[in-house]
Amino acid sequence: MSTIVRLPNQQDATLPKRSYLNSEYGLKSWLLTGDHKRIAILYLISITFFFFLGGAFAGLIRLELLTPMPDLVASDTYNKLFTMHGIIMVFLFLVPSVPATIGNFVLPIMLGARDLAFPKINLLSWYLYIVAGIFTVSALVLGGVDTGWTFTTPLSTHYLNTHVITAAMGVFIAGFSSIFTGLNFIVTTHRMRAPGMTWFRIPLFVWSHYAASILMVLGTPVLAITLVLVALERLFGIGVFDPSKGGDPLLFQHLFWFYSHPAVYIMILPGMGVISEVISTFSRKRVFGYTAVAFSSVAIAVFGFFVWAHHMFIMGVSNYSALVFSLLTMLVAVPSAIKIFNWAATLYKGSITFETPMLYAFGFMGLFTIGGLTGVFLGSLGMDIHLTETYFIVAHFHFVMVGGMLMAYLAGVHFWWPKITGRMYPEGLSKLAAVVTFIGFILTFFPQFILGYLGMPRRYHAYPPEFQVLNVLSTAGATVLGIGYLLPMIYMTWSLKYGAIAGSNPWQATGLEWQIQSPPPTENFLEIPVVDHEAYDYEWLANKTQHEVTTVG
Amino acid sequence: MHFFSPVLWQFLVKWLTEFALFPPQASAIAPYMDAFYFFLLLISLVGLVLVGLMVGTFSIMFRKEKNPQATHIEGSTLLEATWTIIPLALFMVCFVWGALLYFRIYNPPTNAMNIYIVGKQWMWKAEHPGGQHEINALHIPVDRDVQLTMISQDVFHSFSIPAFRVKREVIPGRYSTVWFRATQAGTYHLFCTQYCGTLHSAMIGDIVAMPPDDYRKWIAGSTSGQSLAQNGERLFASLGCNSCHSGTSGARGPNLAGIYRSKVTLEGGRTVTADDEFLRGSILNPTTHQMAGYAPIMPTYQGQVSEEGLIDLVEYIKGLDSNDRIHQTLNDSNFSPSQAGATGAAPNYRSEQLTGAKQLPDAKPDTSTSKGMGPSPQ
Repeated sequence: MSTIVRLPNQQDATLPKRSYLNSEYGLKSWLLTGDHKRIAILYLISITFFFFLGGAFAGLIRLELLTPMPDLVASDTYNKLFTMHGIIMVFLFLVPSVPATIGNFVLPIMLGARDLAFPKINLLSWYLYIVAGIFTVSALVLGGVDTGWTFTTPLSTHYLNTHVITAAMGVFIAGFSSIFTGLNFIVTTHRMRAPGMTWFRIPLFVWSHYAASILMVLGTPVLAITLVLVALERLFGIGVFDPSKGGDPLLFQHLFWFYSHPAVYIMILPGMGVISEVISTFSRKRVFGYTAVAFSSVAIAVFGFFVWAHHMFIMGVSNYSALVFSLLTMLVAVPSAIKIFNWAATLYKGSITFETPMLYAFGFMGLFTIGGLTGVFLGSLGMDIHLTETYFIVAHFHFVMVGGMLMAYLAGVHFWWPKITGRMYPEGLSKLAAVVTFIGFILTFFPQFILGYLGMPRRYHAYPPEFQVLNVLSTAGATVLGIGYLLPMIYMTWSLKYGAIAGSNPWQATGLEWQIQSPPPTENFLEIPVVDHEAYDYEWLANKTQHEVTTVG
Repeated sequence: MHFFSPVLWQFLVKWLTEFALFPPQASAIAPYMDAFYFFLLLISLVGLVLVGLMVGTFSIMFRKEKNPQATHIEGSTLLEATWTIIPLALFMVCFVWGALLYFRIYNPPTNAMNIYIVGKQWMWKAEHPGGQHEINALHIPVDRDVQLTMISQDVFHSFSIPAFRVKREVIPGRYSTVWFRATQAGTYHLFCTQYCGTLHSAMIGDIVAMPPDDYRKWIAGSTSGQSLAQNGERLFASLGCNSCHSGTSGARGPNLAGIYRSKVTLEGGRTVTADDEFLRGSILNPTTHQMAGYAPIMPTYQGQVSEEGLIDLVEYIKGLDSNDRIHQTLNDSNFSPSQAGATGAAPNYRSEQLTGAKQLPDAKPDTSTSKGMGPSPQ
């Protein structure tokens, strides 16, 4: 079986007369929309704002760490910087990044639906996100918060007089926004698949979003409860986490990580979905081991709930419970390895081209492999003693979250940009951005692994002078990385007006979203498609294209 | 070097002279930790090279120019099984290796010398059994097992010595322990690694590992005249502990001589080992540490004794193997601490108390709250 791919002639492509972008005009038509595509755009704009805000804090942190002495900002300011960087990046960027923007836009179309199951709840979820953002920014403007993004008690409840409750309120509300998105995705995947779209015909992007949605719906309420307890403890001193009142300060960490470890998978799983789509499209080949990749997403979601105490190996949990959690941590590493190998095997006997999304996907595979394998270091009990709470852990989760997730997000934004806007981004510049991001990333975070093994603790405003060389390298890398992120921001905006017109299927991809016009009409499908082929069936696509050509001719 | 910026030049010199990939290997556990680290690095490298080779080779071999037609492949159960089982097996090796190290680092040998550490915002206080106090420093002898019993007075801290490859969270309201055996004399970094507020990065200090002779000299030269146990004894008397814990047959509180590391039965039938944590907890929350056979009449000392005071008391009770000194402080109103030095060669009441064989039934306290059921035969 073989497939010959012929890319359509893009010079002939024109923008459709009517699309979701020009069906209605005015601010009100955007702010009161129920259209999942418009809500995705609203999310895209808001999370980009918070990404650059969080990024600015990261820049200041790196600038301060250029020298061993605490000289750029005061210690309290430094603590506020990394706290706000963490809160904004985790809760206002990474958690909603792929699901709320790309997922919102393409998930219903991929399933052959006209919208998500609950359009109004979808809009509500964006408003909640904005309220959460307002609370977070208020906490910032009022003077900041310096608990660290983990809100660790009793520091957060008894020892700080910053705006802990305001910030916690922001995170609490952002949680509901994420619950609503997850709920919408679950119901849509169950109930709104087009005729013939069976569970094993849905694209892997949907499988990974489904798994992430389950985590969102089941995990986030625990975070909400935990933050309420922190607020009550702070306001009324109820004593749940206070040892002098018979409470247990470790209980907070159990509750917090019960959400925040699955949250790591909430963040990475949608990114993995993007990678599956991109790798398949640019190899012109079905993803190797579709079922294995689909079930590994579910396995990650299930195991993800039972590994939280690996954040607490040195905190005096019983040695035997540490043993169990270490074992489960090793098990959760396996599905990720399965995915990586399946993606690599997809390339075998493909017909590979190297467009920008593919470059980002390759970047993802390299960086996520490093991030994942260093996770095994930290999951191994004895090694964790030396490495935890140092820069090794900072490097590890940035490799997974930034090297993995942000690369996947950028791969996805570039991949679906022609569908979302109807226009292409500039190819040469975007390839440059992908390479710059990759180099900048390695330079920023690789030295931090070495710093970590040398013992440099995380969240340190000042450090012993012998660590300076590696810190200078890291800061230099951060500068390069910053340019790598600014570039897409600039040329994407430019392409809105000046980009080449994309046509409905510039990549010759098989997903249902590529079979409709770009940008799609408000109702997505004029008539609901009947699906009679597997996902990633390039032969079906070739036949269809040929058929269209003959009809037209 | 006129074409070179001096800053960059300095940077390069620094890079060449100070560049290190590993902290000093200064404890008995460090070589084992580093060996495991190399193993983990090795499997990471193999994994990364494997993925890199697959992606690289396939990208070159099957690029569109070379392979214009993709071949449809469904998947392969054999390959799926291979890349499930091999990583799983490697991860299991890591798990077992890591667990062995963990149990070694967190299970102190019984004969280790014990030093107390109190963490507070933002300093480390070390208390040696002989009464020597140190701030943001810890002097230890090399080639000797040292156990640290640590507690925080406020928030979570974490006691980390990278050169020894050990670290442990220092928790408010609970003792945690870690041990090490220094092998190289020298001065090493001590870091607080758990974010603890404003001056977190200033909560650092020096670990000074000294040859045994130097250590003895240092200990002799830094004594404050009072050992922890002596301080504890004074505190024990001034708080009036001895009025109930007198060790006499009719005492209202349990006999404390020899109680340390023995098995005690709690109200409700649970048996626990009376370790440091139990002793501290009994002083602060007597009701949750109520020993069977005694009335719950002890008040809480929460907020009345500092963590340092508690350490003194615990250290005193730990070393208590007879009740002579308690009797002496009870009877002698002119008790002077200087007398408290050597332990008396008096008979040990421990065995009597535990078996209850010699306790007289009529010596029971006649308080109405007494439950009157205990280890003593009626």
